[in-house]
Amino acid sequence: MLEIKDLKVSVDGKQILNGINLSIGQGEVHAIMGPNGSGKSTLSQVLAGRESYHIDSGSILFLGKDLTQFSVEERAGEGVFMAFQYPVAIPGVKNTTFLKAALNSVRKYRGEEELDAAQFLKLLKEKSEMLELRDDLLKRYVNDGFSGGEKKRNEIVQMAVLDPCFAVLDETDSGLDIDALKTVASGVNQLRGPKRSMLVITHYQRLLDYIVPDFVHVLAQGKIITSGGKDLAKELEEKGYGWIQDHEKEQTELPSV
Amino acid sequence: MSQNKEKNQQELSRERQEIEETLSQSYKYGFVTDIETETIPAGLNEDVVRMISAKKQEPEFMLQWRLKAFEYWKKMKEPAWQNVTYPEIDYQSLHYYAAPKSDKDRPKSLDEVDPELLATYEKLGIPLHERAALAGVAVDAVFDSVSVATTYKEKLSELGIVFCSFSEAVREHPELVKKYLGSVVPVTDNFFATLNSAVFSDGSFVYIPKGVRCPMELSTYFRINAINTGQFERTLIIADEGSYVSYLEGCTAPQRDENQLHAAVVELVAMKDAQIKYSTVQNWYPGDKEGKGGIYNFVTKRGKCLGERSKISWTQVETGSAVTWKYPSCILQGDGSIGEFYSVAVTNNYQQADTGTKMIHLGKNTKSTIVSKGISAGKSQNTYRGLVKMMKSADNARNYSQCDSLLMTDRCGAHTFPLMEIKNNTAQIEHEATTSNIGEDQLFYCQQRGLSSEDAVAMIVNGFCEEVFKELPMEFAVEAKKLLEVSLEGSVG
Repeated sequence: MLEIKDLKVSVDGKQILNGINLSIGQGEVHAIMGPNGSGKSTLSQVLAGRESYHIDSGSILFLGKDLTQFSVEERAGEGVFMAFQYPVAIPGVKNTTFLKAALNSVRKYRGEEELDAAQFLKLLKEKSEMLELRDDLLKRYVNDGFSGGEKKRNEIVQMAVLDPCFAVLDETDSGLDIDALKTVASGVNQLRGPKRSMLVITHYQRLLDYIVPDFVHVLAQGKIITSGGKDLAKELEEKGYGWIQDHEKEQTELPSV
Repeated sequence: MSQNKEKNQQELSRERQEIEETLSQSYKYGFVTDIETETIPAGLNEDVVRMISAKKQEPEFMLQWRLKAFEYWKKMKEPAWQNVTYPEIDYQSLHYYAAPKSDKDRPKSLDEVDPELLATYEKLGIPLHERAALAGVAVDAVFDSVSVATTYKEKLSELGIVFCSFSEAVREHPELVKKYLGSVVPVTDNFFATLNSAVFSDGSFVYIPKGVRCPMELSTYFRINAINTGQFERTLIIADEGSYVSYLEGCTAPQRDENQLHAAVVELVAMKDAQIKYSTVQNWYPGDKEGKGGIYNFVTKRGKCLGERSKISWTQVETGSAVTWKYPSCILQGDGSIGEFYSVAVTNNYQQADTGTKMIHLGKNTKSTIVSKGISAGKSQNTYRGLVKMMKSADNARNYSQCDSLLMTDRCGAHTFPLMEIKNNTAQIEHEATTSNIGEDQLFYCQQRGLSSEDAVAMIVNGFCEEVFKELPMEFAVEAKKLLEVSLEGSVG
């Protein structure tokens, strides 16, 4: 589904990603862990198409197409969704209005019929019931005055409605207490399926207790330094990021000894 | 004798030749004199004021009123305190009276209308049958609207409601005009209002009798006879005790006019327990992208809450004109009366707007609310200017003001001048103000969800204005939203 090859990215002339290689298959959930400043958020922004990030070299293939050729909204149409670390408030715009406009833009892009108000509300009701999320959020203005937990829940509702085939969850656990984390994670798990791939980006292992990934990658200094199964996350939590970096150093230093 | 006769004939033929030559020449001042056109030559003096009054067959009191205004105006100076700049206006070069265009001068069909104008109608979703009328096409289709207007008029008169042109009111209801004209905006009020008082062409008049709730939104749109009222429009609305009226002015379709200066006056009077809701959508030609042309809109609008518990509410969406100078205000005289001002002012390209309100609290327990949303794009300048005045007599008066500015580019300006004068220490005042840029983060968020940047901007801006739009009558609000989108097309950068 997603094939990243030797991706190098810089922001304001400073190189942040130093050659990322990552391959995500259909229906797989991959987690990227890493300390602050390792380039986790940069990777998610680049996938979504943020302009201020400059791709120096490498390639991103999405369903066989060059993702970098698409604008931000075209990527959404192609099926890329990003759950934001800090969802933005849009005062005065009702959540339902926003979501209906978004869904219809995406449907139009895909050559599907746009939904009218009644069809949309029916779909919205189905999705929020499935996720067991109260729908009072939907009547409010987009993320305006939402608590941290409400914002993240709102992201998941949007994901459910827009039905992307690939979702990036950018630090979805940040700012959540344990109960909110469980609610959001259960929503995400409901949306897992054989046709939807996910990239879960997190600093902490605890999110991965609830959203159990198929693969874990560790990012440091703009590179994936090690990859493994779900147990890698546990190991990392016990020994800290220092361990993996030392481990890496040992490995690279070995041949010279 | 024969010699003489011959000489005479020679002279005659020379004379004829001269006459013929003169007649064949085009008029060197560049306009065609048409017997049917009732245009008074350019310039302003007492005779012009008298001529206007005479053409309108006005009673003596009206003429005297105009003359008084003119005498005063001669001594006045054009205001210079506002935060706008424009070339000096030569008041002696303007025409102060022109009868409505005859069908002959109008476009014969939509094919003759500026395609750009038609494209804008299309974008605004204006129904086909209304486009012709709006573009000034001389067609019979207008008759549809006339019959609609007549039906409305019958229904209104059954309730005793008067809704007619100002000229008609002067003839049919002189006692009401005499009593209330100038009672809110005195003839000596300000340079532009005084000029209007001397030379106003026509406008609307509304009277709602005691206890009557006007069953429909009154709109100038349906009052065909007031189309082409020209640059000096005059409106007077009187709501008698316990009555209610909602009045809509203007329409979202772009309006072009060869008169550059527009100086209208609107006066509202609300008696005890009466309510007046006045909504405006102003979309006069703003000039081109380089700032050439465009209307100067210098308007005086004021309402007086004369009776106890009366209420006046102004809602305006201002997107047009090259220069706007406008402060719809309320004088809260009756105890417990309420004044409201909700405003969206959009400036793009080189437009300049200096707009706001004045809330003058005189009565006890009076309340006022001000919500102003300024949106600046291009290289435009957008100013909010407000005055909240609590007089000594205004015990327990309250005001809430909120002024928000949204900047679409880094080349435009937003300015806020909120003024407060408090002479009673029981007054309560709250003021909030914000200035924000249209956020890159907001745009990115919307685009990530699939919206184009144009749709995203429209959505964010409409959200910003929501508090004002919800005060507009439903259909008007829908139109206003579309208008905003069209006005700001391609303006993010």
